[in-house]
Amino acid sequence: MKPSRLNACGEWVLDRFPLASLWKDHMTHYYAPKNFNFWYFFGSLALLVLVNQFLTGILLTMNYKPDAKLAFDSVEYIMRDVSWGWLVRYMHSTGASAFFIVVYLHMFRGIMYGSFKQPRELIWIFGMLIFVALMAEAFMGYLLPWGQMSYWGAQVIISLFSAIPVIGDDLSLWLRGDYVVSDATLNRFFAFHVIAVPLVLVMLVFMHIVALHEVGSNNPDGIDIKKIKDANGIPLDGIPFHPYYSVKDIAGVGVFLIFFATIIFYMPEMGGYFLEHANFIPADPMKTPEHIAPLWYFTPFYAILRAIPDKFAGVIGMGGAIVVLFLLPWLDRNPVRSIRYRGGIYKKALALFVISFIALGYLGTQPATPVMTNIARVFTAIYFGFFLLMPIYTRWEKTKPVPERVTMDLTLEEQFPAICEVFEEITETAASAPDNDGHQHAFRGVFFSRRPNPEGMRNVATRLAKKLKKSLD
Amino acid sequence: MKNITTLLLLLTLSFGVRASEGIELQEADVNLSDKESLLRGAHHFVTYCLGCHSIKQIRYLRLALDTHADEKEVLKDIAPFGASIYDNLHSAMNTHDAEKWFGTQPPDLSLIARSRGADWLYSYLKSYYSDPKRPFGVNNLVFEDTAMPNPLWQLQGEQHAEVRKTIYGDRIDLVLNKEGTLSEKEFNRMVNELVTFLVYVGEPTQMERESMGKYVLIFLFLFFGLAYLLKKEYWKDIH
Repeated sequence: MKPSRLNACGEWVLDRFPLASLWKDHMTHYYAPKNFNFWYFFGSLALLVLVNQFLTGILLTMNYKPDAKLAFDSVEYIMRDVSWGWLVRYMHSTGASAFFIVVYLHMFRGIMYGSFKQPRELIWIFGMLIFVALMAEAFMGYLLPWGQMSYWGAQVIISLFSAIPVIGDDLSLWLRGDYVVSDATLNRFFAFHVIAVPLVLVMLVFMHIVALHEVGSNNPDGIDIKKIKDANGIPLDGIPFHPYYSVKDIAGVGVFLIFFATIIFYMPEMGGYFLEHANFIPADPMKTPEHIAPLWYFTPFYAILRAIPDKFAGVIGMGGAIVVLFLLPWLDRNPVRSIRYRGGIYKKALALFVISFIALGYLGTQPATPVMTNIARVFTAIYFGFFLLMPIYTRWEKTKPVPERVTMDLTLEEQFPAICEVFEEITETAASAPDNDGHQHAFRGVFFSRRPNPEGMRNVATRLAKKLKKSLD
Repeated sequence: MKNITTLLLLLTLSFGVRASEGIELQEADVNLSDKESLLRGAHHFVTYCLGCHSIKQIRYLRLALDTHADEKEVLKDIAPFGASIYDNLHSAMNTHDAEKWFGTQPPDLSLIARSRGADWLYSYLKSYYSDPKRPFGVNNLVFEDTAMPNPLWQLQGEQHAEVRKTIYGDRIDLVLNKEGTLSEKEFNRMVNELVTFLVYVGEPTQMERESMGKYVLIFLFLFFGLAYLLKKEYWKDIH
């Protein structure tokens, strides 16, 4: 075809579909703050993992059998006899955990830099709905391999609904489609996992991005970049998303894939955290496993459930732990967005929250002994305290002045001399011993002749501690 | 950054830790690249285990392909008489008889190495001791009141349990009181080969997976290098 013909075809489409203006509005003329740091990779990575789950999921359904008699063996068939089936399955199972890692870090970024605050409340709400849909998706997907943990995990979680007064028993019966988790449950979970919830997810992701592009991205300084614009109406601190952030995100994708591939090829079970050992035993309704634990991404909420003595109250506590996250934009009364300019009390509260979330996550994987349960209660109190006391303590905060323009972080390359200096300080040159021939190797001279320097290490540690203390004020 | 480190630390905390009811497990030495010992393990399995336990997820052909062994040799040396190279490793014992003899159907062992772990299997097979109270006269230190008799007793000999008082409480030692046909060293090697075979059967693609991983990682490092240079070039006038 001649170029003019090709152009004509292009024109024909563009007259009927706003491809050019869509590309312009959302890529080349969408201005994002220029000071995005490490934490801003996780949005695009979440999208990457979503696409990974879709593609590998579609391939898996081609050989998976949603039937209680066949499901377990069909997964093993995929692992052994389907060409590249093992790779597709590990990409899907590792992708599930990667999704939660990426999403938790993405949410933490939002909390840290106040990305949920006015005018981005709806972005946060859509994001939280994505998180809830993702949990439903993961929970139902986990039943499909029909292993012992799939089966008993589903049994435990569905039975939670029976704790609801009056309608509980009928509700859980309706959800399962049987008196115990059975073939009927497997079939409906399959339907939800492969079509219903993914459709909801795609719609929510679309709305999350549309809402984001309407108000613009937040940044590590929590400054509104649209306030200061140049003569053409372009924010002075903004740069076009494409090509600047598209190339930057591709580099981020490279790093992510290195971690992702390392897990897939060398530790797909991740020590029992990504694929539980007990799930390699086919589901057996007659044998309850000694210790039922959900996958790691549910364990903080599972620990909260177990920490509360009454079953129904526990269910409410577990649900409440997610509901309070929805309310975050209205609980935080401080107009300053970024943690960089917020008061010490909020920084300390956030640190406590992160500690309690990780601790609850760990406790959820462990058997519930009385001591462990009591520890879980303390962390549950801290978890809820962070949110419910927020309207009070955010009023006491002594915030710092927020700058007019964004500040650029040092890049890794710019930090390199400082890193070298610290290395110089914590090591000292030992009397270099020449080798047998009396030669001194250059490489050895630089690296192996250095010995740890206790005094330097102490200095660095003190400076680090002081800096940490200062950053918490 | 610190949060991620903590998270990763937590994730790796209990690597290799599995439920073993407080018994210290002995370490199996699994090396799947040693095809000879893998094939010997398959031979031991067919001789001592296949009578009761199936490993239905694998065929003789797959074993021959993965170990680069000759199909005829596999049929002759490993498979029971009359088996075809395309057969899965099914046990000949039927469910009805199994329940009559052992009270339960012996489980399929295709994935036992993935659910229990190599060290558990190795320790389990070595931890039988005489216990006249049990139906088969033996009990197991790693899996108390196991329904399985000791299939390797002629090779290992008979062990009995000796209780020793220590400051940490009672400890049980297993002492050999009747020599078997194999020496302790030979027996350990044999059990290790058997466990190696079961680890292989748990995930036959694992050798392929690990050998492929390094090429994928090399590619990804190159990809990242290029992507980083591209980013630097685009960003050089952003200050």
